[in-house]
Amino acid sequence: MKTNDIILQTATKVAVFIIIMFAVRLFFSGHYFAGGGFVGGLITSAAIVLIMIAFDLKTAKKIVPINYRYLIGSGLLVSSFTGLFPVLIGKPFLTHFYSYYQLPIIGKTSLHTATLFDLGVYLVVVGVTMTIIQSIGESE
Amino acid sequence: MFQIIILIALACISLSMLALLYRVIKGPSIPDRVIALDAMGINLIAVIALISILLDTYAFLEVILLLGILAFIGTIAFAKYLEKGEIIEYDRNK
Repeated sequence: MKTNDIILQTATKVAVFIIIMFAVRLFFSGHYFAGGGFVGGLITSAAIVLIMIAFDLKTAKKIVPINYRYLIGSGLLVSSFTGLFPVLIGKPFLTHFYSYYQLPIIGKTSLHTATLFDLGVYLVVVGVTMTIIQSIGESE
Repeated sequence: MFQIIILIALACISLSMLALLYRVIKGPSIPDRVIALDAMGINLIAVIALISILLDTYAFLEVILLLGILAFIGTIAFAKYLEKGEIIEYDRNK
């Protein structure tokens, strides 16, 4: 039976964009305001879940062609590399560095290696959440 | 004075949440309960906004948007479960 969900699907096309922008904002504001990698990852996976509900798993795989199990591994790799990098130059494990740079459009910005660690957390959270939901949703 | 107005508004929203809780518990059909839960989520957003005015802080403004998104997704998931019996299907054109 074919069903007609045009209101839900059109609302999803608008809402997913807003939700992902909110997730990116939460991710980057984690150092100074509320937010961070965990909430950003959860909200990103909420957007992907919304696509899965409004369309189906096949379409969601076509829209986001990522194997989420690889996402877990790459997130762990990014985080552990951020932790191991100071050891290579003779500092304690998980030492973070930061400095101020003059970026083209944004202006004076503080770039911190804690963001890379947070990126790893973000990737792991998205990967774990989507793996759980996808494998539960696929089983008949 | 301003604080008293906010407190009165909080009391009114709490009363409406109690009424919605009655509908969640009593509601004869499941869609009644789902809609009551959705409206409770929206009322919770109002409570958070009023409390962040009361505490004079910007720290909870993300929570407002977050609860809006979560209430939307949760209600849609419930609605799809009630309509089709499964929330995430593999191929909807089958």
